[in-house]
Amino acid sequence: MNTASFDPVILTLVTFLPLAGGLLLMLMPRRDRDIRIFALVVSLATFFVSLHLPVHFHRGTTGFQFDVNKQWIASPNIHYHMGIDGISMWLVLLTTFLTPLCVLISWHSVHDKVKEFFVLLLILETALIGVFTSLDLFLFYFFWEATLIPMALLIGVFGHERKVYASVKFFMYTMIASIFMLVAILWLYAHTGSFDFETIRDLIAQGRVAGFQTAAQWLFLGFFIAFAVKVPLFPFHTWLPDAHVEAPTAGSVLLAGVLLKMGTYGMLRFNLGLFPAQSRSNANWIIVLALIGIIYGALVAMVQPNMKKLIAYSSVSHLGFVVLGIFSFTQAGLNGAMFVMLAHGVSTGALFMLAGILHERRHTYEISEFGGLAAPMPVYSATYLVIVLASVGLPLMNGFIGEFLVLSGAFQARPIYGILAATGVIWSAAYLLWMFQRVFYGKVTHNVNNTLADLQGTEKLAVWPCAVAALVMGVAPLLWLNAIDPAVSVSLKPFLELASRVVGR
Amino acid sequence: MSHFIATIVQTIPQISDYVRILPEIVLAVFGMAVMLLDPLVDDEHSRRTLGVLALAGTICGLIATWYMAQSPGLAFSGMVRADSFSVFFHALVIAISGVVVLMSFEYTTVQKMRGGEYYGLILFSAVGMGLMSSAVELVLIFIALEISSISSYILAGMRRHEASSGESALKYFLLGSFATAFFLYGIALLFGATGSTNIEFIAQELQNSGSITLVYVAAALIFVGLGFKVAAAPFHIWTPDVYEGAPAPVVGFMSTAPKAAAFAVLLRIVFQLNAPRHFWIIWVAAVFSMTLGNLGALVQNNIKRLLAYSSIAHAGYVLVAFAAAPDLGPSAVIFYTAAYAAMNVGAFAIVSHLGSVDEKFVSLQDYEGLGQSSPVMAASLTIFLLSLIGIPMTGGFFGKFYVFSAALKSNLTWLTVIGLINSAVGAYYYLRVIVAMYMRQPQKQTPVAPVPFGVGLATALCLVATLYLGLLPGQVLERARLASGAVTAPSGVPAASSADLGPSAPSQ
Repeated sequence: MNTASFDPVILTLVTFLPLAGGLLLMLMPRRDRDIRIFALVVSLATFFVSLHLPVHFHRGTTGFQFDVNKQWIASPNIHYHMGIDGISMWLVLLTTFLTPLCVLISWHSVHDKVKEFFVLLLILETALIGVFTSLDLFLFYFFWEATLIPMALLIGVFGHERKVYASVKFFMYTMIASIFMLVAILWLYAHTGSFDFETIRDLIAQGRVAGFQTAAQWLFLGFFIAFAVKVPLFPFHTWLPDAHVEAPTAGSVLLAGVLLKMGTYGMLRFNLGLFPAQSRSNANWIIVLALIGIIYGALVAMVQPNMKKLIAYSSVSHLGFVVLGIFSFTQAGLNGAMFVMLAHGVSTGALFMLAGILHERRHTYEISEFGGLAAPMPVYSATYLVIVLASVGLPLMNGFIGEFLVLSGAFQARPIYGILAATGVIWSAAYLLWMFQRVFYGKVTHNVNNTLADLQGTEKLAVWPCAVAALVMGVAPLLWLNAIDPAVSVSLKPFLELASRVVGR
Repeated sequence: MSHFIATIVQTIPQISDYVRILPEIVLAVFGMAVMLLDPLVDDEHSRRTLGVLALAGTICGLIATWYMAQSPGLAFSGMVRADSFSVFFHALVIAISGVVVLMSFEYTTVQKMRGGEYYGLILFSAVGMGLMSSAVELVLIFIALEISSISSYILAGMRRHEASSGESALKYFLLGSFATAFFLYGIALLFGATGSTNIEFIAQELQNSGSITLVYVAAALIFVGLGFKVAAAPFHIWTPDVYEGAPAPVVGFMSTAPKAAAFAVLLRIVFQLNAPRHFWIIWVAAVFSMTLGNLGALVQNNIKRLLAYSSIAHAGYVLVAFAAAPDLGPSAVIFYTAAYAAMNVGAFAIVSHLGSVDEKFVSLQDYEGLGQSSPVMAASLTIFLLSLIGIPMTGGFFGKFYVFSAALKSNLTWLTVIGLINSAVGAYYYLRVIVAMYMRQPQKQTPVAPVPFGVGLATALCLVATLYLGLLPGQVLERARLASGAVTAPSGVPAASSADLGPSAPSQ
């Protein structure tokens, strides 16, 4: 059978398969074991179906592929328009890759309200994939907001002590920020008559949108603030540590692995795509914020006594790299930003899983409660080391490729950016390795820790794929980059034109 | 002499005149039948029997609305107009009444209320509200407004042995009478300015003479009167107390149906009279309603008071659309009233069920742990609350979407921004309810009775309506647009081209 015949429906299938599974799951009787297996089957099926995308993706070509475009509502002119390019494809893959691992890592750790948990997880997966596949601004906003509810419930119902506070804070922060994006979307619709990303982009590029010049800066900021809170860019990051510390492990994995990337993806797609001139003129202060984020995030991570908070702040630092890469407007910087997004998804996802495994055994994230774990838990600590090295950016691991590309892009843009950002790499080595040393090396400081069980069945299945992926991405980055690169150059085209126009003058 | 006879003959009502008020006739007949049957059936059976009769009345009323839609035009010497506008509001108001009757089946039994007056008054109130939407003559609008208001004053006091219910009715009555006096005064001034009480005639007169100060004053007075009915700030003070004391299904009723009807009248007056469109008090009232409503709701612990403040805020959102351009605003208003009706009636169906005997359980603490003890009710209430927040996939989202895109297209950028910030603030207090239901451990056990048929069906209907409006709003929006064409077209001629929320700029 020719699998290419799936092309027109594949995105719909990938997006809504988890939702369909979630709805079926709702109807299932409350036998926890069956529910877990079913959720795993659905998420694995989604992953395998989503593999169709890279297999049949035409590398080296620009533009959106696998697209479907059907009218949803006649007036306002809303279309069910989906399509992916090299940027969004990998983010979809990242989502479908991490979700089955989330199911596995929650296998034993969730024992209360199991059904609700997995239903929410699957609904969240659909919303996340939808964000990356939508090419209609309305549809995008629809999925964007739809991610909020399952995530807030995952934190608020299944989280730790201060879960309600964290959940409401997460919800309100991102909700208020996205309101500004909605205003911008509505403005664009009012003045172009379309929600279609490509249509609006072309109209703006041709200068055919009335009143655009006066509104452009506000529109840019409207989108940017929604994305900046999601990333989170300093100083909008304060919701993140709370949300991470209180969230259940699977929630943290998807939060760090995918949800944060919604922000950087949005910047790349919408800020750069729709408002190239404004992106250019705003780039300086954004880069400054990104640099502050890189350094500040790293320094705060260094002094955290709480392992999960440390990883959360390391996300602030890593995502700073992504924003820096995006707003450097260089081929290397954008490729690097994309690669850091994927690498961070895999390695930080794994770090959260590992922290969760420890929490399950000791019910604490305090670093001081541990020490010398390498002896009782050898497999666990070896796996941890691999992931930490990947996250630190050891050559031949995935973190290295992305950070290297971002740094070289930043250097091209302005050397001082590269120099400052490079210190972030050093900081990240410092806080992660120092944490690793305190937790794993030396003598066992607390007697309880002697009896801790090593990595077990489903935990291995959950973490090891991440370790393998981190290694493969580091060794063969071209597998990813040859799809990313053409898409990135499309995003960069208006900037090169802008630059040549400036030179021409 | 022959001329005189001809005039007489002209004023004799034709069959078509009656068809154009058929829904009112049907509802009134059923209302009276309920009242007459009340003493004949014994107490035990009265509630169920009369409830079913009232439900049949609303279903027949919907069928009558269909008949009315088949013969559009003026009736009774140009006092009543059957058009797509009045048909839409008839259908909406009667549907709300039907759902409220449905959820009152168990409520009247649990609270030990007499069924006769209760159901009768709901039907009579629907008569008044239907007439409000189809009347094009100011005095008739006033009479219709009074029919609906007086019915709801009494309904508010139906929990007779509760002091708070009496307080609610008395407050509602006193302030309501005060407000209708303003309304009447406005009519008098308009009559003085133009020599007529017929809206279409006044509209023509104003076009010829231009706008006069007197007309502005009159319109302001009328706005005060209707502003009270829709609970718009600064005429909203009564709302929390009245909603707290009145029976929960009645609150569900009077926070949606009379509001929809009052908005219908306001649409006719603001847009058909065409005079005071750039009326700054609408702008101010919208901002005040949204802000005061949302801020007030933030600190409420009683769910009925919380929803009361939320209804003030939602009146503000609707007023935003009133400030928008005439080709965009009305259809957004009409859609919003429908979406709001679906989600708010649904929320009150659940509140009234959970309230139990004497409505004991209406504080947020009583909702703690509801996610486990009554998952279906909790999930339904969550969906209604998410719709009130304006989360995608629900009717509330599209309601807000149309309102704010209409405002933005009319270059009301600041109003849009204030409105959207408000809706984000509003999210917090709805979330508090959801948080209580799912994330807090119950401190005391709230008894949850199994869901009775009436409440279940009412909730399901509202749920379907909320999700339908959220996923496939096209149909209803099309109707809303047709309806808005009927009030915005000059001097009542049906609009040739329907107003569009869609593109205005470049052709592609």
